[in-house]
Amino acid sequence: MTPNLAQLIEQVRAAHNAQEPLEIRGGGTKAFYGEAPVGQVLDTRVHAGIVSYEPTELVVTAACGTSLSELEATLADKKQFLAFEPPHFAKGSTVGGMVAAGLSGPSRASAGAVRDHVLGATLLNGRGELMRFGGEVMKNVAGYDVSRVLTGSLGTLGVLIDVSLKVLPIAPATATLRFACNESSALTHLNAWGGQPLPLNASAWWNGALVIRLRGACASVQAAVARLRNAGGEWVEPALATPYWEGLRHQSGEFFENALAAVGYGTPLWRLSVPQTTPAIRLPGEQMIEWHGAQRWWSTSASASEVRRAAAAANGHATLFRANAKSVGVFTPLAPPLMAIHRSLKRSFDPSGMFNPGRMYPHL
Amino acid sequence: MNTLERNTRQAEVMAALQPLLPAHALLWQHEDTVPYECDGLTAYRQVPLLVALPETAGQVSAVLKACHALEVPVVVRGAGTGLSGGALPHALGVTLSLAKFNRILNVDPVARTAVVECGVRNLAISEAASPHGLYYAPDPSSQIACTIGGNVAENAGGVHCLKYGLTLHNVLGVRGFTASGEPVAFGSGSLDAPGLDLLALVVGSEGMLAVITEVTVKLLPKPAVARCIMASFDDVRKAGDAVAGVIAAGIIPAGLEMMDKPMIAAVEAFVHPGYDLGAEAILLCESDGTPEEVNEEIDRMLAVLTAFGATRVEVSQDETQRLRFWSGRKNAFPASGRISPDYMCMDSTIPRHRLADMLQAISEMEKKYGLRCANVFHAGDGNLHPLILYDANDPDQLRRCELFGADILETSVKMGGTVTGEHGVGVEKLSSMCVQFSPAEREHMLALKHAFDPAGLLNPGKVIPTLARCAEYGKMHVRRGLLAFAEIPRF
Repeated sequence: MTPNLAQLIEQVRAAHNAQEPLEIRGGGTKAFYGEAPVGQVLDTRVHAGIVSYEPTELVVTAACGTSLSELEATLADKKQFLAFEPPHFAKGSTVGGMVAAGLSGPSRASAGAVRDHVLGATLLNGRGELMRFGGEVMKNVAGYDVSRVLTGSLGTLGVLIDVSLKVLPIAPATATLRFACNESSALTHLNAWGGQPLPLNASAWWNGALVIRLRGACASVQAAVARLRNAGGEWVEPALATPYWEGLRHQSGEFFENALAAVGYGTPLWRLSVPQTTPAIRLPGEQMIEWHGAQRWWSTSASASEVRRAAAAANGHATLFRANAKSVGVFTPLAPPLMAIHRSLKRSFDPSGMFNPGRMYPHL
Repeated sequence: MNTLERNTRQAEVMAALQPLLPAHALLWQHEDTVPYECDGLTAYRQVPLLVALPETAGQVSAVLKACHALEVPVVVRGAGTGLSGGALPHALGVTLSLAKFNRILNVDPVARTAVVECGVRNLAISEAASPHGLYYAPDPSSQIACTIGGNVAENAGGVHCLKYGLTLHNVLGVRGFTASGEPVAFGSGSLDAPGLDLLALVVGSEGMLAVITEVTVKLLPKPAVARCIMASFDDVRKAGDAVAGVIAAGIIPAGLEMMDKPMIAAVEAFVHPGYDLGAEAILLCESDGTPEEVNEEIDRMLAVLTAFGATRVEVSQDETQRLRFWSGRKNAFPASGRISPDYMCMDSTIPRHRLADMLQAISEMEKKYGLRCANVFHAGDGNLHPLILYDANDPDQLRRCELFGADILETSVKMGGTVTGEHGVGVEKLSSMCVQFSPAEREHMLALKHAFDPAGLLNPGKVIPTLARCAEYGKMHVRRGLLAFAEIPRF
């Protein structure tokens, strides 16, 4: 054990004994996400570095404080990548923060989410004990899948010390096409294409334009490009396409730039997660549709209850993703039996309730 | 507990359940309950106190509430094809058979989802989706019989999971009831749900966290074509290295399987798939997708396999030939049953690049324990199924076989792997869990169960070994002819 890791453990034990809250923090690039952080900062960046990486295993294990950019550069050297394209939001995001937030990028609907790629994790629980769940292999059904429930837990269950992730080879071919169309026909197109053997990897609709990314074997991408150009698609050159998808992924593109500015003036940014086939949702404001219809960003002044009603009507849920005021609650409230399970899980991992208290739900 | 006490308890539970179910949906006489005494792992048998076969969600809830009030353990059962004893009854418990929940509720070709009841067979989902050009990807080899509810409980895999994922990756949401009979849903109709990802815990929880009656699965467009390469090697190490080579070349095959010489001989004699009897190892390497994509990938795979020293390669030219290549692999288990009185099946997973080391270690163990071992691997996933051949009538062979099996599992854990890749822990691998997890880790798993099921009534005693059990540490074996549904291809 490194001195830095020993020190992290010591800090957790001390906080446990003193019953003091801790804010687990990596690069702090997602401090805006979830309810407001409270407590003394536990800086995970002291525990950094790639623990093991065997490209032929398609697995990498990295310490929580490892810079996400460094990890991605290491993978890129071996022509591999994180297929779920985690957003960085800003410089300095870490591997631990990525897994704890559980957010995935443009390819999510086709390539899966962070949780689909987490194979194992070492956890530091609320008693300062280190535990390893899952592993570094693709197939593993020994015991409950604890490492996956840690994904997206916002640090409420403990400190992720290291994580093992499934990585994939970078596909040989990528192409981007743009279609001028309204929201309804964009959704119709996406659902129709999704049911066909097309290498559809990502999609975004905003402001009268549907942009799609095809990714896969050279032959199948070429064939799909030819077919979709006949259907009205206009080829977008990589010099424009690459920054477009990066801007979408890290929320630095035009739509998000405007939405962030609007947050400053009091208009929040909502994330609606709905079934892909949900018809156009009517709210005031600006909308960006991703994930083939499954993720809809709304920069809207509509009331929280109006937004949540719209999501619920579609059998989905709404998250107050970025906002100055969060008194309406960030995440959609849970049904009572689910909340009871959440409370009990929290107690078992973190008996004194010190890790990121209230970051996900009040009193959790 | 003596017979009198058991009968008293049975009468008490019967009295509570009788008003909740039609008469034919409650079994208590020995001749009616004995068919439920085991699942696909027949070495462990236990007749349940009662068997309840509810027909509606309301009845499931009512039975759970009644059992909860009386503190009766409940063991949920699907098709009973599981291989680790996950559905082994509890002597004083109710076996809750969900076999009657066999309706496909909705196939939505536009959303590419299907909503099905838990008792729907795996293959029936793909059959229902087929007219729309869609299918359900996870394909455990028992798919003609196993149910989606059981697949969710075990996080079932199949030969295509390297490319298409496990059950976890293909299920959007589940509905059912908590241990106390309250309705509950995990996941949602969208790609994520608020709060902790409890769906990820419920999938693979072996019936210990909740009772699932309805499952929403993702459907995928059917690949236009699939082709398979059969490659021979004169050295198992070369074959193992070729597996790593395929992945290193940036290829994710639709399936990548390996068999060693003893297994090749056994299956060739059994189903005559035309395997190369001179080979030390055979790889089956499959590609699926559009015709252009498959041709491109097959060429790339052939180049790698040849570069790694394949002595013979054959590419399937049509669907009949492709299925013939697979027929040997799919019959590996019954074929082993023909060449040995008994065999013990292991199910560990190791990092892929250790395959050759593991084969060498197993070959040294054969000498050490004086027993033969035939090997089939889901090589692409590093999931091993060594079959240790022995005669259970010879107590010394049984003893050596158990030591051999324990050695394989411990070596797997030492190599950075896991004691079970896809069959589940159930009762079979309770002891092996002691090797892989520390007491604190096991304690956390128990706490996790407690969060879902505070009274500890859902499938108690499975998956997580007690401290006493870990002190004891045993192994199991499969006797030839005792594998239930022997006609169903497995793995």
